[in-house]
Order: sequence, then C-alpha cells, then structure tokens
Amino acid sequence: MLLYKTSAWKIFAAFLMVAPLFFQTTHAKTVTLLNVSYDPTRAFYHAYNQAFEKYWKAKTGDDVVVYESHGPSGKQARSVIDGMQGDVVTLALSGDIDALNKYKQLIDPNWQSRLPYHSCPYYSTIVFLVRKGNPKNIHDWDDLIKPGVQVMTPNPKTSGVARWNFLAAWAYALEKYGSEDRAYDFVKQIYQHAPILDTGARSSSLSFIQRGLGDVLISWENEAYMALNESKPGEYELITPSVSILAEPPVAVVDSVVDKKGTRAVAEGYLNYLYSDVGQTLAGEYYYRPSNPKIAEKFKDKFHSLKLIPIDKVFKGWKQINNKFFKDNKIFDKIMSEINR
Amino acid sequence: MFSSKYSVIPGFWLSLGYTLSWLSLIVLLPLAALLLYASHIHFDQLITILSNRQLQSALKLSLYTSFYASLLASIFGAFLAWMLTRYSFTGKKIIDSMIDLPLALPTAIAGIALTTLYAPNGLLGSLLPFKVAYTPLGIIVAMVFVTIPFTIRTLEPIIKDIPYSVEEAAKTLGATPLQTFLYVIFPMLFPAWLTGFSLAMARSLGEYGSVVFIAANIPYKTEILPILIVSKLDQFDYTGATVISLLMLLISFGLLFFITIIQRWIKPHRLIWFMTHLSLPFFSKKKSS
Repeated sequence: MLLYKTSAWKIFAAFLMVAPLFFQTTHAKTVTLLNVSYDPTRAFYHAYNQAFEKYWKAKTGDDVVVYESHGPSGKQARSVIDGMQGDVVTLALSGDIDALNKYKQLIDPNWQSRLPYHSCPYYSTIVFLVRKGNPKNIHDWDDLIKPGVQVMTPNPKTSGVARWNFLAAWAYALEKYGSEDRAYDFVKQIYQHAPILDTGARSSSLSFIQRGLGDVLISWENEAYMALNESKPGEYELITPSVSILAEPPVAVVDSVVDKKGTRAVAEGYLNYLYSDVGQTLAGEYYYRPSNPKIAEKFKDKFHSLKLIPIDKVFKGWKQINNKFFKDNKIFDKIMSEINR
Repeated sequence: MFSSKYSVIPGFWLSLGYTLSWLSLIVLLPLAALLLYASHIHFDQLITILSNRQLQSALKLSLYTSFYASLLASIFGAFLAWMLTRYSFTGKKIIDSMIDLPLALPTAIAGIALTTLYAPNGLLGSLLPFKVAYTPLGIIVAMVFVTIPFTIRTLEPIIKDIPYSVEEAAKTLGATPLQTFLYVIFPMLFPAWLTGFSLAMARSLGEYGSVVFIAANIPYKTEILPILIVSKLDQFDYTGATVISLLMLLISFGLLFFITIIQRWIKPHRLIWFMTHLSLPFFSKKKSS
C-alpha cells in the first residue's frame, strides 16, 4: 500500500533520512581503541592512555586515540557480550572476562595465560577506611562485628568489589577459625552489621563519605587511597587488616573485536605497555600494587604489608566461587534470608 | 482513500510510513524480543524463579510503595493542578515550568539529590524525627518526585475545560461548596485523575535510577523488583531477568488495561449515583437536579 501510493522520490527521501544511521563515516584516519574497564581505574587509565598514545606515536608513527568506558565490572562485561566493541577489557575479576564466552566465543578461553603474571599487570587488596581518630577502634576483621559497628559494603550480587569484600572476610575467618561453618557465621555477622547494600563500589563510598553513614568502609586499597587524597588530611584513616585477599584485576584483548576491527597490534601493544616500567610505575602512582617486583620495590613504603591470600588457592577460581557463593539460593542468598527471617 | 493530492496535510503516506516504521523499531521490536526470549523458558523454570521468597517480597514492596506513591502524587498533583489553572499569582510561570523538571532530570541525579537531603546527616533528614532515606518511605518519596508531573499534566487540561459558570450554577441551585465539589467537579475530574494515577503507578513500578540510591537495597526489606532484575543481569542470568521483566510488564499492562476499562464504565451520572448511595453523613438528601 505504502509503496503503491508513493512515488519513487519519496521513498528515496525516506531512505536519505534513515541512511546516516546505518553507514558510519569512514574517513577517520587515526586508530581508535576502546578500553572497557570498571569504575575505580578511571584516574589510572586516564593517565596511562596519554602515556601510551605518546609511546605508540613514537614507536610506529600512527596516531592512536584510546577511549575508555567505565562502570560496574559485571555490567561492563555484559555490554561487551551484548555487542559493545571493546578492543580490550580491563575488569575487576577474571570471572567477568570468562563470562564473555557465555553465549558466543568472543575471546580465547586461555586468555589468562597469554600475558605475564596471569594477565594481571597490577594487583590490589581489600582494606578498611575509618573516620578521623578511628573512634570505633577498628584494626582487623574481628572488630567489624563488635556491637554498634556499622559496616559499609555493596551488594555482592550487583558489585564486583563487594564479592572481593565477601571473599576477603571469608578468607580471614577460614584462616583464623579453620572451618567453613565458622567462616559462614563470621561473614553472616558482618552482613548483620551492614545497614545498606549499595549496588556498586561508587555508591557505597558515596554513602560513607558524603552521607556520613557507617563506621567503616570496606574498599579497594586504591580507592581508599584516592579517597584519602581527595578529602581533608586526617578526616579518614586507612586501616590495613592482618589478612586480606589478593585481588587481581585482569586485562585481556577481546579477540573477536580486534580481528573484526583489525586493531590487534595496537590492542596487544596497549596491554603489553602496562608491563613496561612506565606502565608499572604509573600503576603504583595510582595506588595499584605493581606486579613487577622490581618496580614494586620502589613503592615499598607506600603500601602496608599484610598477608594476601590468593583466591585460586582457597576458592579454586571464579567459576567455583560464583557457583558456591553468589548464584541464586547459594551462600550469600542463604545468609541474607537467615538475617531477615 | 486519501491521496496526497487531496489531503489536508501533504505527504500523509510518507509520514505515516516513516512514523510507523520508527515506532515498530523503537517500541515494538524490544517488546517482541523480550517475548521471544521468554518463549524459550520452560514452565518449571518459570515456577522456580517466581516462587522465590526474595522475589516475592520484592514484588510486594514494589507494589505497595508504588501504590502509595502514586496515590500521594495524584492527590498532591490534583491540588497543584487546580492551583495552577484556577489562580494567578506571581511566580506562577516559574512554578509551572518547574513541574516538568523531574521528567527532564536524569533520575539518578534526582535519587542522589533526594538521598543527600533525607540521609540522617542531610538537610531534611537531620530535622525529621523519623528515618526517610533507606526505608520504604524513602522509596515512596523518590517515586512521588518522579511521577508527580504525570498526575498534574493529565488533570490540567480537564480543569481548564470546566468553566466557572458550572460552579456558579451549582451555587445558585443551593449547593454547598462541599456538594459542588463532590457532585459537580469531582465526577468531571475523576476519569483524568484515574489516568494520572495509573500512569504514575506504572511509572513508579519500573522506577530504578532514583530508587537505588535512596533505598538501602537490603533483600527482603528494601529491595524493589527492578534491582532484582539488575542483580540477575549482573550474574549473567538473562533468563531470570527476562522472567521478572515480563512479570513487571504484565503487571503494568494489566493495571493500565484495568483502569481503561473502569474509565469506559465510569460516567459522571454513574459516579453521582454511586456516591449518593454511599449515604455518607454529609450528603444531604436534598439534592435537586
């Protein structure tokens, strides 16, 4: 009916109106790269991208522009699954990168062995941030479950760092009490002290810093340092517990995307440069612990030493962890339903 | 049959085709995709997802907060709409344009602003004797903020259409102000008020951006249904998320459909008949019409 009544030029006009949406302009000459990352890396990658753009220009003569996308780690992984053209992913946990292959194979399943230090150029851990003068006298995990202490931690179902927080508490209890049942009780008590479960790390620190809620914020070490830097001196104190988790945020090239866009060389160069002295030093300056021991030595005084428990040793990888703790009706859900019976 | 030659609006078929294809692309296609995805789900899978206690308490919370929120929004909205159409005062234009702000503001910003105000150390939160932020009451406040423009804008044209002479006529026939309102004004406004209410409820049921900040998101206590969808998605559980989305879609659709049916049935004379048979103490039998 529509075609029958309209003359050809009208169809053509309609086509012209729609056309720009389907054809992308192709005359951009510089190479662009999209780094899909999680929230707390914003400042670090901002500095690193500038360093890399200069380095790549000097090395190959090509102009490269790196765009960044930040958001909660799981959500970012989902965007890539749903078709966001991220050349590289730099996420909070390897489980989120593994998830890229959930529906279609977007990435080589052995991605984690492709780069040094099982694809983690920097690592971090989970520490506490407390208010001025540490009024509730918090020094270790046990102090979090003292009466009257309110703990700020996001919801592990929606936040990557919250899973690290959960596992750090679990690892501590396992180390100290030696049994899974005791660890379960300990973690349950921590969540009994949590008045709010924000959906992400950002909103959790917002609640702690802006709204003055809670006595202690469980947080990434680098986020805690950034918060210290941005606030008035002495307003908050960073407390490093005796035991915590070795949190390794991995990086990877997304094979299906770089092969399609023809950006593999730049994308690999981008990640490799993270392991260079420049990249490692920058990571240290932005409060990530560099994986290269030689550079880490330079930042020895910056970070407190503590016992770091690698997740592979205790929990046997993210797939197991998610199945055991965070899937529906698993340990976290059990804890919450017991608390709110 | 219209041909573009004789149509009042030139280019009718072109614009109709263009509009329809965009409408289907933007509105119908995502809904169809949702349904298509849901059709792969097994029935027993559906039962396990829907019988989850956490989901049920989230559903209950979502339903009752959005109901109270839209009730509040439509009552306050009615007052505001009446004030804005019937009276003129200085600064009216400014207030009038401020009404639409909640629609223009990103809801996350509204949520953060409201939480800052109502948090225990916030400007209002520190003055109030009871907790607002991080309780169901906070959720209601956020929902009222987001939905109040709907209730005002649906009532405004109707109120504008009621001439003063109607009220004057009622007065000359001996009606008290209360009777004028109940028998004359209210029956005329009620269908539009109901539309505003249902729009507000459908909107607040799905509201996510502003509520996540002001709710404490504790499962079984202050976790609304949209948060559950997001948490399912974050676990890459697309099936669970689809089931809950579909459930919400059905509830909203059912609500809007139900209200449309009621509106079809309700005519001013039926409403008046109904109210006179309520035999409330302040209805005098001496109604002459």
